[in-house]
Amino acid sequence: MNALVTGVAPQSDIALQAAIEFIWTEADLLDSQDYTAWLSLWTERGHYVIPIEHDAVDHAAHLNIVYDDRAMRAARVTRLKSGLSMSASPSARTVRTVSRFRLMKSGDGAATIRCAQHLVEYKYDRTRTLAADVTYRLVRAGDGLALDEKVVRLVNSDEALFGIGYLL
Amino acid sequence: MTVDYEHLVRDDRVHTSLYVDPAIFDAEMTKIFANTWVWVAHASEIPGPGSFKMSHVGLQPVIVTRGNDGQVHVLLNRCRHRAGSVCEERRGKTSVFVCRYHGWSYDLTGKLRGVPHSSGYDADFDKSDYPLVALRVEQYAGLIFATFRDDIQPLDEYLGRAKPWIDLFMKQGAGFGVKVAGTQRFRFRGNWKIQLENTTDAYHFPIVHRSFLTSLDDETEDQFDILKQGGWVEELGNGHSVMVMMPNLVDLEANLDAPIPERFAALAEELAKEHPPDTVRRIVRAVGGTGFNINLFPNVACSMAFFRVLRPVAVDETEISHIAIAMDRGPEAANRARLRLHEHFQGPMGFGTPDDAEGWERVQRGAAAGSDLWIMLNRGKPRDVSAETGMRAAYQMWKRMMAP
Repeated sequence: MNALVTGVAPQSDIALQAAIEFIWTEADLLDSQDYTAWLSLWTERGHYVIPIEHDAVDHAAHLNIVYDDRAMRAARVTRLKSGLSMSASPSARTVRTVSRFRLMKSGDGAATIRCAQHLVEYKYDRTRTLAADVTYRLVRAGDGLALDEKVVRLVNSDEALFGIGYLL
Repeated sequence: MTVDYEHLVRDDRVHTSLYVDPAIFDAEMTKIFANTWVWVAHASEIPGPGSFKMSHVGLQPVIVTRGNDGQVHVLLNRCRHRAGSVCEERRGKTSVFVCRYHGWSYDLTGKLRGVPHSSGYDADFDKSDYPLVALRVEQYAGLIFATFRDDIQPLDEYLGRAKPWIDLFMKQGAGFGVKVAGTQRFRFRGNWKIQLENTTDAYHFPIVHRSFLTSLDDETEDQFDILKQGGWVEELGNGHSVMVMMPNLVDLEANLDAPIPERFAALAEELAKEHPPDTVRRIVRAVGGTGFNINLFPNVACSMAFFRVLRPVAVDETEISHIAIAMDRGPEAANRARLRLHEHFQGPMGFGTPDDAEGWERVQRGAAAGSDLWIMLNRGKPRDVSAETGMRAAYQMWKRMMAP
């Protein structure tokens, strides 16, 4: 929680600004559906998680909306890009804004960032919103950063959602 | 204006108005959902005294509770004073439901316990006149149903020939018993009967779910090539039906010597560390669920490895719950495997569900055209898994209930 001390740079080898730039790039890749580039952002063991229970911690022990390891992420991208899925071809268009960044933990070449995401989707005659708290675990990889965990906690994760034909 | 229900359902087709006419929807809520057994919960969702969950019977919100004596109660979620809801927690544990408006409180059986400032009422005010409205409740194999009707046949009789199939379905508990392990929920803009049909529709599977099929290993993809497994659809009475897609997965306690599928090899190895070989085989055979869907009229299906519950919201809006199943106190590795298999296909971002939901919405969008046209249900070679037999059975029941 060292970043809570306003005005004091956290003792970290991942700066908040670098993390923010990484997350904005990721958001842009997702909105432009450059999913292959998105896959390359990840570490080998990284998990992409969209939980149902808002306060769940052990995601593997719960039912989720998404619980993807590397193989499932790749399969998911293949599916979305296959042209064989009517919810994904065409998918809704999306525009997302990521903001309210906080560095929650940092050190040992890793950082945990919490932020807010507002996503607007449009398909056919309908425009809808999905809002979420997103937690990123980023790790140092080569000269840059890699995504080691992304947990998207939708405000309405345990409410009735709808078929989502893109990535959050 | 009265609707001529009799003529809207023929043996091989139903009229488009069944999807789009709000007057028909309103009548369905009375003549069907307030008039028969409606699924509200699985017993494991309210495991002990004081546990409860919110549910619906048609459009009406209810609370399913377990009393201190273990009895299950289904109560309208509406204070008897001025209608405030008495529960706004999806599930939990309590001894009392309190209306937060004026503080009337009710126990787990619905009995009115407390009325604040009761001296403001006449002397003849009697709390026993104002319990939460209780529905009739019956269970079969852990499936809890409720009805507003005291005079209809018992649940046992209503399920009838579906019961042996429900027993087969529950064998995926692999000797541990079946427990609810989480619920995914989503809505689509379409009539509830579109989903009712879908559970007994093998025809769409290879078309709509091609992108799911290509995400599987070859062995599993062959297994899910459901039009070629020698399956069939069977009417079970009262609008119920079963669609057998994988005949070799009808009885999960048979063929325990069959080779373990490649995709479960690692799981079997892990289980073998703590369990004898016959237990491992039993669990692994059950871990992917059964090879059939039981469609129970009007709102629940036991679908391969999960419960599918539909809730009508409006003539063109329906809410679906995909309820995952685990083995009650079963091995954690196997239960996690079940969760991951469920997430693979089901739910708002599964590899299958979003395409189903899109398909159903397209049906509703299409049904805005051609108000004099019919929905065709005439696909029907005997012993063909893609025959529309189950849909015809459901609509004949619909007709009997709507035009008695």
